Amino acid sequence: MNGKGELAVSRRGVIVGGTSAVALASLPATGQERVPAKAPAAIPVKFEVNGKPVELTLDTRTTLLDALREHLKLTGTKKGCDHGQCGACTVIVNGQRINSCLSLAVQHQGDKVKTIEGLGTPEKLHPMQAAFIKHDGYQCGYCTPGQICSAVAVLDEIRAGVPSHVQDDITARPSVNADELRERMSGNICRCGAYSNIAEAILETAGAKA
Amino acid sequence: MKSFTYERARTPAEAAASVAKIPGAKFLAGGTNLLDLMKLEIETPTHLVDVQDIGLDTIEDTAEGGLRIGALVSNTALASDKRVRRDYGVLSRAIVAGASGQLRNKATTAGNLLQRTRCSYFYDTNMACNKRQPGSGCAAIQGFSRQLAVIGTSDSCIATYPGDMAIALRVLDATIGTVKPDGATRTIPMADFHRLPGDTPQIDNVLERGELITHVDLPRPIGGQHFYKKVRDRASYAFALVSVAAVIQPDGKMRAAFGGMAPKPWRVEAAEAGLHEDRAAAMETIFAGARPTEENAFKIPLAQRALASVVAQTRS
Repeated sequence: MNGKGELAVSRRGVIVGGTSAVALASLPATGQERVPAKAPAAIPVKFEVNGKPVELTLDTRTTLLDALREHLKLTGTKKGCDHGQCGACTVIVNGQRINSCLSLAVQHQGDKVKTIEGLGTPEKLHPMQAAFIKHDGYQCGYCTPGQICSAVAVLDEIRAGVPSHVQDDITARPSVNADELRERMSGNICRCGAYSNIAEAILETAGAKA
Repeated sequence: MKSFTYERARTPAEAAASVAKIPGAKFLAGGTNLLDLMKLEIETPTHLVDVQDIGLDTIEDTAEGGLRIGALVSNTALASDKRVRRDYGVLSRAIVAGASGQLRNKATTAGNLLQRTRCSYFYDTNMACNKRQPGSGCAAIQGFSRQLAVIGTSDSCIATYPGDMAIALRVLDATIGTVKPDGATRTIPMADFHRLPGDTPQIDNVLERGELITHVDLPRPIGGQHFYKKVRDRASYAFALVSVAAVIQPDGKMRAAFGGMAPKPWRVEAAEAGLHEDRAAAMETIFAGARPTEENAFKIPLAQRALASVVAQTRS
């Protein structure tokens, strides 16, 4: 971040700019005046991100994901499918993991949001981050922030006794094992296919804490 | 996504009145299905009434010995509740068989009941779909129908009700409590809540405009062994091809409701007495009148085998 609320020009920015220029040039000339759209509804939103209070005025349509990435420039959280199918946007809200793409920012007044940026720093990694590096739990890395946020919350869910589909006895306390982790992590897709290393990283982190 | 205004209601009655008053308004609870559909402009509400502050987020014992589940109890909280796991295992099992951990944390009990079909023709706005755009036709009937319904369908629509939780609620004889905009309340049995498509497949259930689900009641526990068997194309995070919610008593008598087969949870009580005597004949009665396509005819024998596998588990 450069402190002005804007990202420095990046390769991505150049690509986006280039694409929109092409789109403008190819607009058909209809000869009709465009009717200006009604101003979109915008409302103030206050919540906490990684321990810091934030205050934004947002179009009601803004998802929590877009608020984090586009307005707060916390680009660690990724947009994959934008429909809750891939898990790249997973963040932890009030202690629970959710898909930030399927939640409006205005639903989160007063909430405590934790993103990958709030889990650890390059100098002081969260144990889950360190384990992902040690076990090569990624290749391209795009799904990794979502995988790590999800994995941290999964271990909390197991500790809290949240049951899963692979339990034989639904009344029993769940245990930490590879089958459980695979089932519980099924909302996070990794197209590189680093799953077995991801499972090992989570297992090791769970063991270290147990 | 179309632009919309937003408010937070403070009470159930206020929420219901607000949705009834504003044309195009909708309730917003977890939002996991609604937001998905709004991004595709399949749902285009003009105004959202967020119900997260109206309470209704606890599970209470009832005087009748059952449980009252608040409409806003999350799927995770419901599946995790000790009483539900002990006395209504089929419900916990059905919930954890559905969606992903992230979605179950945000999705609510009422929202789960109100989720819309995942028929790919409903989702593809370039395709004819009577449920999305009444009168436009049904591209699914002549299309890829492998996932779609085999019974309870019409010439207008062959979409399934996609959920898991509701299949368990149906087998448990749950009832749904609502409040209307004028403050009146009513109780709807699960059997009557979801509609068959007929000529109006755009109407999924019997709720009136502005009518808000406040709770789901479970009757006294019925004992027995509880099962939810879900057959799908991958082992996790996929919708059912076929699912069966079953409660089997020590004498072999059972209840069974099926998911993935119909536009609503499919249960035929009249045929259940026969399920432990002549299961094949009883299953024939349960699916009598089915009109499968060539692509989804496999679901009928698959449902029989899913139930057989559950019955086999009771002996072990």
